[in-house]
Amino acid sequence: MAAPLGLHLEFGGGAELLFDGVKNHHVTLPGQSDPWDMKQLLAWIRGNMLKERPELFMQGDTVRPGILVLINDADWELMGELEYQLQDQDNVVFISTLHGG
Amino acid sequence: MCEVEGDYNGLECNQKIPVPTLNRKCMKCKEGAAVLIIRVNDAFCRACFKEYFIHKFRAMLGKNRVIFPQEKGLSREAPKKLRFMPGIIYIDDGGACGRSAEERQRSNALLKSIFTETGFPYFIVSLEQVFSLPASVLVPGTSDPDPSNLSYKQAVDQYVKEKQTLTEENVASAVAQLSMGDSAYSPEHKLALERLFSSLKTLTAKEDMLQTLRQHLILHIARENGYSKVMMGDSCSRLAVRLLSNIALGRGAALASDTGFSDPRYGDVVIVRPMRDYSSKEIAFYSRMFNVPSVIISGLDTKTHDKASIQRLTESFVTNLQSDFPSTVSTIYRTSEKLHTVMPPQSQSAEPASKCLLCLCTLDTKEDKASAFHATLVSEQLSQIKLQDLSLDAPGQSAEQCCTEGQGCGPGGCCSSNR
Repeated sequence: MAAPLGLHLEFGGGAELLFDGVKNHHVTLPGQSDPWDMKQLLAWIRGNMLKERPELFMQGDTVRPGILVLINDADWELMGELEYQLQDQDNVVFISTLHGG
Repeated sequence: MCEVEGDYNGLECNQKIPVPTLNRKCMKCKEGAAVLIIRVNDAFCRACFKEYFIHKFRAMLGKNRVIFPQEKGLSREAPKKLRFMPGIIYIDDGGACGRSAEERQRSNALLKSIFTETGFPYFIVSLEQVFSLPASVLVPGTSDPDPSNLSYKQAVDQYVKEKQTLTEENVASAVAQLSMGDSAYSPEHKLALERLFSSLKTLTAKEDMLQTLRQHLILHIARENGYSKVMMGDSCSRLAVRLLSNIALGRGAALASDTGFSDPRYGDVVIVRPMRDYSSKEIAFYSRMFNVPSVIISGLDTKTHDKASIQRLTESFVTNLQSDFPSTVSTIYRTSEKLHTVMPPQSQSAEPASKCLLCLCTLDTKEDKASAFHATLVSEQLSQIKLQDLSLDAPGQSAEQCCTEGQGCGPGGCCSSNR
């Protein structure tokens, strides 16, 4: 049973409007046997943090196109996108580049 | 999409390239660890990305030669330095978007502190002030052929600071000289603005009107303060969306000026778009990595659903398509580059063509039989014809009438029988 995972999440570019306007969040993901990956994190965010309009943040299993994701200040495309396995104290940033939030 | 030069077939296979992640090296210097992927597969490290970003900006300005001719003999510094003195303008459109006075003041204050940090002169103007503009703003000025009127004073390290003010969210335009903005507005203007926007029934119309008013105000401020150029912060992605939306809005004739690098239709003030080569991703990453301060301000279409307006729909269409076909935006962009603004011949004797009051483009409403405009007129007529008694059999006329709403012609029945 893995230890709980502490993460630092940031939302920018308008994405924070979906999270009560709060840009920075420290979250602790509950421990589980398999390591947490981005896909699970997104599902967790949708279930636990998104206050409204989930379709403006996510599309299916992944983020809505137009929302950029940085993991530890690097493009998540370089880290495997949804398959990236999260580590303790990782920093994940979501930046929206769209007009509609 | 079938026409995309056959490229996309190759791209489809390459979509999820299983590259060794976490160890990818910058494609340019081959040494630094890559932090960002742009375009389809170009990985850059931080330093190379910064260099690439700045270089592209310079190349854009240099290539287009619309601005900043080098002044010889004025300086011994490196020949590539850009020499211009920008100002920053921000239009507070909270009145049109339904934001409260406190919210507006708060964001204005934040912006003010950011602008003062840059050291450039800035103008924070509220959209309500568009009602106090003189009528002369609707007339395009004459372009001043005398280059000695433009003054250039800058060193290039200011350039990097100037880059920092071009955020995606604001219409931040950097131009040429000085003053302070006035964000005060009278209650009559506020009411007028609110009434104007509430009379527009669709979000599409509101967005379009907002754009038009903003443009007028920017032009006015630029003219009033002696600026000859206005730089807009539109990225490649945004311009691609705008291109398609404008076609849908019937502005096909003005595409070249609406989305091209330079927009000369206003005469004395030229609008340029130096960021049109950058995708939204590049700009967002640059802003994040190099700490460009930004303020998020809700607009007309924030948090609206996908089908709320033509502009929103187009944006979601292009963005979604782009995620599966990464060459979408660049294809649209390349196509738009082929559009050129047609400058009318500069004969002084000919009467200047009449211009549209709102967008200052030459009117294209000459009633040519084969034009889209004529088709619109015909549709308008048809949809307004009252249903008349069918026994009044005027041939040709009644054929049109019974085909309009509600008459219920059989398949090809009544129209052919009228002949």
